[in-house]
Amino acid sequence: MAKLNMVQAINMALKQEMAKDNRVIVLGEDVAQDGGVFRLTDGLLDDFGKERVIDTPLAESGIIGTSIGMAMAGLRPVCEMQFSGFSYLMMGQFEAHATRMRSRTHGQITLPLVVRMPYGGGVRALEHHSESREATYAHLPGSKVITPSSPRNARALLIAAIRDPDPVVFMEPKHSYRAFREEVPEEEEVMPIGVAQVVQEGTDLTLVSWGAMMRPALKAAAEVEKKRGTSIEIIDMLTISPLDGDTVCRSVQKTGRCVIVQEAPRSYGVSSEITARINDKSLMYLEAPVKRLTGYDVVTPYFGREKNYIPSASRVVRGIEETLDF
Amino acid sequence: MPKKEIAKFSISHLQILDEKAKVDTKLEPDLSEEYLVNMYRWMRLARELDERMLKLQRQGRLGTFPPNTGQEAISIPAALAMQDNDWFLGAFRELGGRLVRGEPLTSTLHYYNGWEEGNILPMDNPRMTPTSVVIGCQIQHAAGTAYASRYKGEDAATVCFIGDGGTSEGDFYEGLNFAAVWKAPVVYICQNNQWAISVPREVQTITETIAQKGIAAGMPCLQVDGNDPLAVHVAVTEALERARKGEGPTFIEAVTYRLMMHTTADDPKKYRSEAEEKDAWTREPMIRTKQYLINKGYWDEAKEEALLAEVKAQVEDAVKEFETPHGWKEDEPFRHVYGTEHPYITEQHQEFLREIQADLAKEADHG
Repeated sequence: MAKLNMVQAINMALKQEMAKDNRVIVLGEDVAQDGGVFRLTDGLLDDFGKERVIDTPLAESGIIGTSIGMAMAGLRPVCEMQFSGFSYLMMGQFEAHATRMRSRTHGQITLPLVVRMPYGGGVRALEHHSESREATYAHLPGSKVITPSSPRNARALLIAAIRDPDPVVFMEPKHSYRAFREEVPEEEEVMPIGVAQVVQEGTDLTLVSWGAMMRPALKAAAEVEKKRGTSIEIIDMLTISPLDGDTVCRSVQKTGRCVIVQEAPRSYGVSSEITARINDKSLMYLEAPVKRLTGYDVVTPYFGREKNYIPSASRVVRGIEETLDF
Repeated sequence: MPKKEIAKFSISHLQILDEKAKVDTKLEPDLSEEYLVNMYRWMRLARELDERMLKLQRQGRLGTFPPNTGQEAISIPAALAMQDNDWFLGAFRELGGRLVRGEPLTSTLHYYNGWEEGNILPMDNPRMTPTSVVIGCQIQHAAGTAYASRYKGEDAATVCFIGDGGTSEGDFYEGLNFAAVWKAPVVYICQNNQWAISVPREVQTITETIAQKGIAAGMPCLQVDGNDPLAVHVAVTEALERARKGEGPTFIEAVTYRLMMHTTADDPKKYRSEAEEKDAWTREPMIRTKQYLINKGYWDEAKEEALLAEVKAQVEDAVKEFETPHGWKEDEPFRHVYGTEHPYITEQHQEFLREIQADLAKEADHG
């Protein structure tokens, strides 16, 4: 089993799926000759040729719009938005067509396509390169949103996304691209979309996160466990839409306490949705209010001061302790 | 290092059959009597359906819809020039072309009366998308379907429509550019009907022609008289040949006029004169097409009367079918959001059914 970082693992998923299914086409800005600005698509052009690995003109709406046409006609396009900050230019096409076509034709026309996009902060990037907008895409009926957190689950979930019959927004936490390595099996591995993973069982508190925030969450949990002997159950959401509220609720019914860590701004976000699901099914089990540790409702600051705006392990430790001591 | 001209562009205008039904015999396509009569029949049917829909809408029996009257000579000749495996991607004023491609008359009635069922076509692989209400998007889809057709080794092209207002959208430029860069087998047709709701052509763009907007993308561009079905036939046929030969996309501006309101919710009196409309009626496509058939010896008043009776009956049958209670389920939308299980939507589906039951029970109580 090779130890890969997330970039290599996603590249592996693309290569393996393209080798398996010639309907899979990769397109986007700089994805062919350059192998993508983060090298996610490195080597694909050599392996599969320019008919299947396409350097597109610089137009985000055009990339999704043509992908919609390809998907209608039986291909399985995997297109790339170079950064999630540029993806709003595709919103018209995505909302008006990608998410609706199945519904408006009762399944006569379906659009199996994947939109990959790096998201999130922490890499000292230029403005418009650090936002977390998973809730924006998750809010649209007909859209699926995945936020992997590790090389192994990124690889397994991307394969699931490519095989899925519906449009999937695959949001890659770019802070985790090269942050760590993990053993990734060479043989095929597919994880189900819409299923959260209990990555550590515990009895005293449920800690929920996804994407790049899994790292500070795990670090904080280890610290609190060591300091106070607390038993923390940790859930990696993995999929934002469809959201696996039941796994969270089952855990909260056991622990009675919940802390959610989210990089995105607080209001209208995924942590709010998870809190609402807990209210619906687990309110009477709660011994403390559900705590949302999130980014703030401000325009994402430039990297000079971004550090204090992204939830850190020490902030998560404080949040966990406040919830335990409530 | 003198300053010199390095590129030069021009736009041609094609008209074969003028409004007086005078035909340019040098340009006239060699079409059989059967082909021409069939084309005229579709035009009559589309006109009849459109007029009937306006009455239905005014009587409160149909929702808001965008009339097509006056634009029959564009999408119908285009659709007739297509192969079965070609893609037809419309905006929302291609009623006649959609009928030619096999859409039942009832589909448009159901669609404009608020039922998604109007989008579901009876064919297995219709290669036709539902109406695109959002403007300009389909230009990009067409580059994608065309790319896919070539990739799959099919001898299929895509014909895609847009209006004059749509050519101001960013998606229009992006889509044209993708199609040109990819040399994708697409024929783009702009139905320039002079009005985008209340905004006239000259406020939409100051370019001399809309056709020239394709020059920037690097594709052959041409303006045709969009009220002349022969010109449209020739332009689309040649463009389809180019597409199939791998020579890439073509952009055709078909000049016509929106004789009616934008949609039935709109009142053109607010922004244009009756004199302008009256003048436009002298150039509409039905009169010259009929006269052309008469001049060719293919048509007479008796045949015209018979055709009118035939299309009226066909539309009447469609209206009857449309107004027959259909029994479509209220909860249908819950079944089609995703192609996979979605437990939270399933939960909401159950809730919806309970709410409907509760409402019915309440009504029964009051009844």
